[in-house]
Amino acid sequence: MKKDEVPQDLGSLGKITKEVCYATDSSGKYVTQLSSGWDVKTKALDVAWEDIKKRVEHAKEQVLNKSASPLLFFMEYRLMDINILAGYTGFWKWQVKRHLKPTVFNKLPEKKLQKYADAFNIKVEDLKSMTVHEN
Amino acid sequence: MKIEFEHRQAAHCESGVTCNLLRISSNNKITEPLAFGIGAGLFFAHIPFIKINNGPAIAFRTLPGHIFSRTCKSLGIPVTRKKFSSKERAEVFLQECLNNGHPVGCQVGVYYLPYFPKEYRFHFNAHNIIVYGMEADKYLISDPIMENPTTMDSYQLERVRFAKGVLAPKGHIYFPENGSEITDEQIRQAIKNGIKKNVNTMLYIPGSFAGVAGIRNTGKKIKKWRDKLGLQKAGSYLAQMVRMQEEIGTGGGGFRYIYAAFLQEADSWLPGNRLAEISEMFTKAGDLWRAAAVQAAGIYKGRISSQGDFDLMGDYLIEISALEKEAFLALKKIKWQ
Repeated sequence: MKKDEVPQDLGSLGKITKEVCYATDSSGKYVTQLSSGWDVKTKALDVAWEDIKKRVEHAKEQVLNKSASPLLFFMEYRLMDINILAGYTGFWKWQVKRHLKPTVFNKLPEKKLQKYADAFNIKVEDLKSMTVHEN
Repeated sequence: MKIEFEHRQAAHCESGVTCNLLRISSNNKITEPLAFGIGAGLFFAHIPFIKINNGPAIAFRTLPGHIFSRTCKSLGIPVTRKKFSSKERAEVFLQECLNNGHPVGCQVGVYYLPYFPKEYRFHFNAHNIIVYGMEADKYLISDPIMENPTTMDSYQLERVRFAKGVLAPKGHIYFPENGSEITDEQIRQAIKNGIKKNVNTMLYIPGSFAGVAGIRNTGKKIKKWRDKLGLQKAGSYLAQMVRMQEEIGTGGGGFRYIYAAFLQEADSWLPGNRLAEISEMFTKAGDLWRAAAVQAAGIYKGRISSQGDFDLMGDYLIEISALEKEAFLALKKIKWQ
């Protein structure tokens, strides 16, 4: 890639920092050049977030029709899987799986709910009511 | 406390951290491309049966941690590295290092990194930053991919140092010990070692998931994605591949441009070995990766969708595989002057 071909399409990262790219100058020598983004990869990132949005919506439906506990919603919302959630809370994976059932979740003591709330960076009451505060 | 340290932006986090930590002992000679090449950073792998963020597990660089450790080992620099089970002990050790005047590298997860834009926060645990002091209860942070240094409070730093999931950092901290000054002869030898190692990882890993064989294999798989996964999912898979290839931290073209820059620099250390010529082959490979990304974008934007478009996409990778194979064979055959 030539230095003057380094794309400068403003992406979401470009508003915070430019990134270093390696490109060749007119004599063919490698130099670094800052880029504010490239629409090819901005779109790739958009695709990833559209997929996540769909998964979150689907999880929400499952919670509302009582086939899953609010944990599923926040797990998808925080891009986690059972492995990551088990890591942050200290529960075993089989325990997390159990807690995904609404009947089990509804009986969880405050202390355990607090662990989940900490992992998701939210409050316990928001966890129970599936409330999202944008942060 | 603040240690004398100059923040310099880099393309890739680990080679950036490595070259920034080695700046003083190498007398500014170890640049980012040199650290990347000596650390044999270039790679390709497509791990079967594993999904990352519900997409294919494709990597364009070597395992996290390898660039730093290989570079230091090749240059004969002793290294301190530690992981912790206790968050408290991890912070105490960090404080000790800073008190002793060592800027330190830390492996962190990016999901809870406060200065990252929301769109970039995934559970990716192989990011690297440098901590170089503490002022007013805030740690001074040099994140090599950011233009400017930043800060984090104790809780924020602990949270990212103990991020969970795949490749959990477990407080991983590392720094080069103050050793003797690095000589030019050591650098020349390290460049040769780095190239040799990279030849091995790209050409001689058995099976068809890694190296140039892996690129070819993925190219073949892509041709089948349209029928096997459906347009929507195939598009998401391609988008994920493009992100791994082009996103911040790659220097563009799936790290191929950094590697080309490395060979060009290596040529001035070891002239008469055709390294500049081979460097151009990697520039061409980088350009091809980017052309493939544009083709992929056509598919995930929904602009093109025929089987012919997927065949062309796959053919790009097969062409790249052949080109990189030729380039690494040329590196392998060098009789060092």
